[in-house]
Amino acid sequence: MSEIADAVLSIEHLGVSLPKGADRPHALSDVSLSIASNEILCVVGESGSGKSMMANAIMRLLPNEVRIDSGRMVFEGRDLCAASVAEMRQVRGAGIAMIFQEPMTALNPLRTIGDQIAEMFSIHTKLSKPEISAKVLALLEDVRIPDPKVAAKAYPHELSGGQRQRAMIAMALALDPKLLIADEPTTALDVTTQAQILKLIRDLQQRRKTAVLFITHDFGVVAEIADRVVVMQHGVVVEQGAAAQVLNDPRQPYTKQLIAAVPPLKAPPARIISGKNILTISGVSKTYRTGGFLGRGARVTPAVQDVSLYLPRGATLGIVGESGSGKSTLARCIVRLIDPETGSIVLGGKDWAKLTREEFRRETRHIQMVFQDPFASLNPRRKAAELVAQGPIVHGTPRAEAIAEAKELFALVGLDPSSADRFPHEFSGGQRQRIGLARALALKPDVLVADEPVSALDVSVQAQVLKLLAGLRQQLGLSIIFITHDLRVAAQICDLVAVMKDGAVVEQGLAAEVFGNPQHPYTQALLAAIPGGKFAREHATATV
Amino acid sequence: MDALKRYFRSPAAVAGLILLLVVIAMAASASFLYPRDPLALAGRPLIWPFSNPRFLLGTDNSGRDIAAQIFYGARISLLIGGVATAIAILIGILVGAFAGYYGGWVDNVLMRITEAFQTLPNFVLLLVLVAVFGSTLTTVTIAVGVVSWPVPARLTRAEFLSLRNREFVQAGRTLGMKDLQLILGEILPNAMPPVIVYASVVMAVAILLESALAFLRLSDPNVASWGNLIGLGRDVLRVQWYVSAIPGIAILVTVLAVSLVGQGLNDALNPRLKSR
Repeated sequence: MSEIADAVLSIEHLGVSLPKGADRPHALSDVSLSIASNEILCVVGESGSGKSMMANAIMRLLPNEVRIDSGRMVFEGRDLCAASVAEMRQVRGAGIAMIFQEPMTALNPLRTIGDQIAEMFSIHTKLSKPEISAKVLALLEDVRIPDPKVAAKAYPHELSGGQRQRAMIAMALALDPKLLIADEPTTALDVTTQAQILKLIRDLQQRRKTAVLFITHDFGVVAEIADRVVVMQHGVVVEQGAAAQVLNDPRQPYTKQLIAAVPPLKAPPARIISGKNILTISGVSKTYRTGGFLGRGARVTPAVQDVSLYLPRGATLGIVGESGSGKSTLARCIVRLIDPETGSIVLGGKDWAKLTREEFRRETRHIQMVFQDPFASLNPRRKAAELVAQGPIVHGTPRAEAIAEAKELFALVGLDPSSADRFPHEFSGGQRQRIGLARALALKPDVLVADEPVSALDVSVQAQVLKLLAGLRQQLGLSIIFITHDLRVAAQICDLVAVMKDGAVVEQGLAAEVFGNPQHPYTQALLAAIPGGKFAREHATATV
Repeated sequence: MDALKRYFRSPAAVAGLILLLVVIAMAASASFLYPRDPLALAGRPLIWPFSNPRFLLGTDNSGRDIAAQIFYGARISLLIGGVATAIAILIGILVGAFAGYYGGWVDNVLMRITEAFQTLPNFVLLLVLVAVFGSTLTTVTIAVGVVSWPVPARLTRAEFLSLRNREFVQAGRTLGMKDLQLILGEILPNAMPPVIVYASVVMAVAILLESALAFLRLSDPNVASWGNLIGLGRDVLRVQWYVSAIPGIAILVTVLAVSLVGQGLNDALNPRLKSR
């Protein structure tokens, strides 16, 4: 399989060793693969599978103490493992180019986009200035940036995320590299932008016959773009083959497991929803005002505009939208981390929006929140059991009792109660998210607000946490507000869905109706933009 | 534990710790090795060091044993260094924590006060305080502490500004914690490492400030301090330079030890910065 006649890059038995004290001795072991010109090879794997390490190994950009200790990487008849530093400089950019996940950090914030692309030419070629600026414009046109002349003079922060990624791609393609390595290039982007960038990469690849090594964790993206697929786990290639074959007929159990964990884009069978609403939100607005002196030059951003929603008892309401749609602000208004300006949030007969801070502090156990980032949402200096017990202790439970209850909660969320004495950094991302969930549940809330609770997790862990959430909902009679940007996740767990755009709710209703028969053009566009939409739907029917 | 291991991996940090322990041992053993009052007349004035076995480091211009004064002086320096640092850090943390946590007008008021202190040179302010309140050991220590708090306050404020909107603080708020619980229990422990490291700088400066004060004969003359001895030696600096030089070396060694320990703590508490 790895022997392809016209391979642009072929990697043979590559091994990369990690420094002593790392969680495993090898980042990569015995990795063999090859990329032909004119194909997109997707490398998929969960975090820690070594996929990014492989990209860095190809570019010979490994961190100190991480070394290539075996194998060969043949590019244009030359073994990159043995190339000198000067030779590598020739290869990087001109022979192999790379684009990264976060274009904002990969671009220099103090120089214009045009300058940064022009630099590629001035370093590697002897073209004159006018020739270079003509080439820069042509490139920016090629990556379909609206108004290339303006974009060339813009600084990175003046462009949107999608435009920045286009600029990065233009920079990478400047010198017509034989191979483009794309390391999760669309992960930080919204779903509609992601769809555009994926289409762009596919187009450019076909026009320019560049080989693309595309690294991703998302099988939807794989279905969208890949010609061939390599599946990695713990630094080893588990399976490789043509995209259609790997996606539809995976041979290895690990691949099967990964694909089964991909959330299918189809609402689960509708559950019976109580007619009584536990939480009613009406007319909530929040506007941010920044800067400005005496009203001049002030920027007014309506983050949430006149949002009205209801949550039936025991149901799950999904709030979906892209970044900047105001969904997180709304969640923070509901738990009063942010004070809404107008509107009411009625829970248990009280208007939450009108309570004073002190009143709210006492009532807070009725409504609890689970946060997005499992690394940032736990105080690193407290033990897991303490973190979970904090809420009850604050509300007057004796410490010993609260700690004992915390250990019971550990079992409830699927953690080993004996691990309660460990600090957060000793847990994995999924486990930390379970701790966060246990902390919220410790106060026995009526309503749980979950702000992107699974977005930072690998798909298999994501599936486990969603399953846990669905189980707890049943067991404890929880009502959940579930905020996510990922419609596939929303489709899995939500009974009701509200779609937000620019601070306003554009469509709401039963999940099956919103996903099955979207009415608003924006909802339709969102659904159409989901990567590998066809795969997601077909695969749904295959696994359910 | 990891931090401790990292600390002992650095030879400079270990050397600093050993030096500091030596100074502490000197302070602890002073009354045992020199049971007599260090400020009592002991022999002929201005005996050179190593010329008389009774006075290993010689005597000063009034005939007091320099070695005894050095040992007892270690106590004073450590006392002033330690207590003044504690005062400065305590005020600094309080001011910085409230300013950083509440922001708005609280921050404005507290930071303008901090700036008022910062614009005055430390030493000038110290002179004013000593001139007004007198120069006993207590007032000098408190005065040194009071002039050293602005930088720890700014450091704490900066840490609080970046930590107060972290998700774990928000989580604490949704659990219904009071502001004070959030400040002390959640944010402060995470804001401490840079402040602890800076405490070593405050301590070194505090020791130097006291010596400078003593050199001008404005410190408490009734205790044996290194600064007082340097001040005395000023009169005979041309010939009997050792009277000033010996306590000078003692100060140098102590400040160096404190700085090395501080640097070691910095590397141990912020390991990521070091490997860069």
